Formats: sequence, C-alpha cells, structure tokens
Amino acid sequence: MSFKRVVITGMGALTPVGNDVPTFWKNLVAGVSGAAPITRFDAEKFRTRFACEVKGLDINDYIPRQEARKMDPFTQYAVIASDEAMKDAGFDTDKLDLDKAGVIWGSGIGGLKTFEDEVLNFSEGGRNPRFNPFFIPKMIADSASGVISIRYGFRGPTFITVSACASATNALIDAFNYIRLGMMNVCISGGSEAAVTNAGMGGFNALKALSERNDSPETASRPYDKDRDGFVLGEGGAALILEEYEHAKARGAKIYAEMIGGGMSSDAYHITAPHPEGRGAYMVMKNTVENAGIRPEEIDYINTHGTSTPIGDPQEIKAIEKFFGEHAYKMNISSTKSMTGHLLGGAGAIEAAACILAIRDQIIPPTINHFTDDPEINPRLNLTFNKAQKREVKIALSNTFGFGGHNASVIFKKYEGD
Amino acid sequence: MSAIAERVKQIIVEKLGVEESEVTPEANFQNDLGADSLDTVELIMEFEKEFNLSIPDDQAENIGTVGQAVAYLEENVK
Repeated sequence: MSFKRVVITGMGALTPVGNDVPTFWKNLVAGVSGAAPITRFDAEKFRTRFACEVKGLDINDYIPRQEARKMDPFTQYAVIASDEAMKDAGFDTDKLDLDKAGVIWGSGIGGLKTFEDEVLNFSEGGRNPRFNPFFIPKMIADSASGVISIRYGFRGPTFITVSACASATNALIDAFNYIRLGMMNVCISGGSEAAVTNAGMGGFNALKALSERNDSPETASRPYDKDRDGFVLGEGGAALILEEYEHAKARGAKIYAEMIGGGMSSDAYHITAPHPEGRGAYMVMKNTVENAGIRPEEIDYINTHGTSTPIGDPQEIKAIEKFFGEHAYKMNISSTKSMTGHLLGGAGAIEAAACILAIRDQIIPPTINHFTDDPEINPRLNLTFNKAQKREVKIALSNTFGFGGHNASVIFKKYEGD
Repeated sequence: MSAIAERVKQIIVEKLGVEESEVTPEANFQNDLGADSLDTVELIMEFEKEFNLSIPDDQAENIGTVGQAVAYLEENVK
C-alpha cells in the first residue's frame, strides 16, 4: 500500500514568550527571552530561582472554573493550545468523521503539581488517607489526551507518548504514522508540560541540570555559549493539527506545511547523560532523513535540542557535523530554547511549530544570549546567534532528546501543491 | 436557614459551580446540579473536612440531595 500524505492545517501555542501562535512567533523572531524569577511557588531556598513561566494567563478566560479545577496545569495548557489550533484549522465539525479523528499528545511528566499538592496534603494532614477523587484522573499523563478527546468528541486513537524531553516529538511521529497508514484523517497532536513546581525545580536542581544564573535569568539559557551552565526550565505547550492531505484539500484547508518524516533512536548509554560522541543524535537524524526520503543536503534549518547544558550541546553539534558533512556549514541551526527555556515533554511541539513558521515566513529564529565562543563548537557553523536571519527555508528538521536516551526528530517541508 | 445549611450551600456552589438559587433542599446532586459520581465523592469529602467528621460509606450512599446532606450533618455534627 502507498502511504498517505500528511499536512499541518492548524496550530496553537501557549508558551513563556507568548500565549498564542502570533505572539509566540513574533517574540521568537525578535529574540525575546521568557525567563524571569519564579512566581509559581516560593523558590527562596532553591538553587535556581527563575524559570520560563507562562505569563499573564487567566485560565478562566479559556476554561470555566469548574472544569479547570479538575485539570492539572499541564492539561489546562494542552486544552488552551488545542482550542487555538482547532479554531485555526477551521473544521466544519458537523462534517468530520469523529471516529477517524484522534488525539496523540506528549508529556514528559504529567500532573506533577497535582501529585505534589495531594501528597503534601496527605503528609500535612496527619497522613490521613483522604485523597481527592480527582487526584488520579488529574495527575495521570494521559488525562490531557482524554480531556481533549472528550472536548471535541474525537473517538479515534487517543493516548499520550512519554519519552521525557522527546515526548511531543514522539506524539507527532505517531500521529503522522497513523494518518499515513489511513487509521485517522485528523489528529490533534503536540505536547505540554507544567513542571515549574517545588518538586520539578528541586528535582532538576538535584541533577545539576539547571542553570543557576540567578542574577541574570534572561541570559541564563545560552546554548553553545562557552559559559552555559545548564538549562532553564520552561512550561506550556503547543498543538498541531495533522491532517491527511486529500482530506485537507477537499475542505479547502489552509496548509502550513507538509510533514514528511519522523525518526527515532536510542543512546543505550546512560539514564540522564547523552552519549558523548552523539551516537544517538547521529542515528536519529539519519533515520529521520531516510524516513522522509530526502537527501541530507536538502535540509535548510535545524531547530536543535540545544538545551544549554555543558555536555549536551557539543554532542548534538558533533553529530550534525558528522551526519551532514560539508552541508552542516551551509544550513542554519538554532536553539529556540535560548528564549523559551526547556519545556521538557512540550519542547518538541513548540519547536515543531517554530520550524513550520520558519518555513512559512522564510526566516530563522535566533539562538539568543551568545556572548563568548566555545572552542568546542566549530565557528564555521551558522548557529544563528542573537539575531533572526532571513533565508530560503524549504525543509526544516527538529531534534529532541530525552532522559533515558530517547531521541526523536521530525521533518517539515514547504507545501508546494500536488 | 441553619448555619449548617448555609455552609453546605456555599460548598455546593463552590464545587459544582451552580447558582445559589439552584441549591434547594430537593435538588439532587447528580440529576439536578450536574454532578457526576466523582463530584459527589468530592462533595462528601468537603463536608467531612468542613464539619470535622467522618461520614461512613454506607451513610454517604444515602446522601443524594442537598436536603439529605443538611439533615445528616445537622444530626451528626456536634
């Protein structure tokens, strides 16, 4: 059988640099940092006291209070992003075959705040086991896909992918493949995370994974800079509407881009550290390019995993140089995490959106906060430092790598008709 | 209206997001006030917390309306 084609027909984003797609993208292109002191909880005693939080959001502007209180923030973010994406896609829902519509979402952790609140309540309440009946359905990671499925009546495949910081990319790959195989026509996909909590910050601090640049939060996420000292935790998410091409064409949908490939690999090396030579990073790019049926030289832009950790950044760069050879120096590379921070299981979704918008507007969002060259990073690479660059972008690749050694990448292509 | 009835009404308004005027003694949590089975469990827990008592499961099963909740609490709250 031949595979069906998959296009992107709607997008929604709720991010540290903007609560909708137009604001998110405007600020990414402008090089705006989303980092600031933590407001979600009292972080006074924490080694890291800043993060990239979603800002100026009143959940009740989007979701009635009675519904919202039964959702963990990561699900609220998923719903808000999905609502924007669905509106953007402009379906006539009366005509949608709901049995062929799915929701495949990604989250690395799920309802961390809900878990934390309930266990604190248990502990502070004399260990009296009075757990709220909504505790489990709010906390479990699949609840985002369940809530969205119920909200839109989508009755096809609905589930969550969990692969740490690769989660949303895995969700996109699954959605892509199920549509390619004809098992769905439409899928709300993407990912979200809400881990700026006591346990989230404390846990990542204990791993020494986070930047501790408390005196300058907005310059703390500095991928590829010599003085990078860890990632900045972000929160939020993005939703993409993946749609079978003929289905989209038949209803005259606006098409942002075509999704042409998805690939995976694993480091099989260490539970948190990436393979130092970028073995997994190399293989995931190779697998994804092969899956897309293109030549490596056709890629114009890579949105890297690039989290701003001392050991993570160079291994991905080494893998890019090894896989692309001379072409590595001809394309644009950037890490938008320099602005958004690291959304963990939501990262792959907002970065896929950034790739698609780069293709739409023919501009590469920058890697901000570049101050000092790192001798480990080849200066011949165009890492799009500090300022967006205009260029022809036909094909873009997004890399994500997760704890556990999970690597997942996707490729989008400019839509050029039949 | 007793003090207990007033507090029960406030909890129901807060948890179920209904108007005060809907919270009549005859109103059934599930049939009239839009609660599902989980909401009902949560309401019982809120009553337990607010009035500092424990409502056994076999008693909780008989509390389906606002009036039944108020009656139970008026009898059992010390």
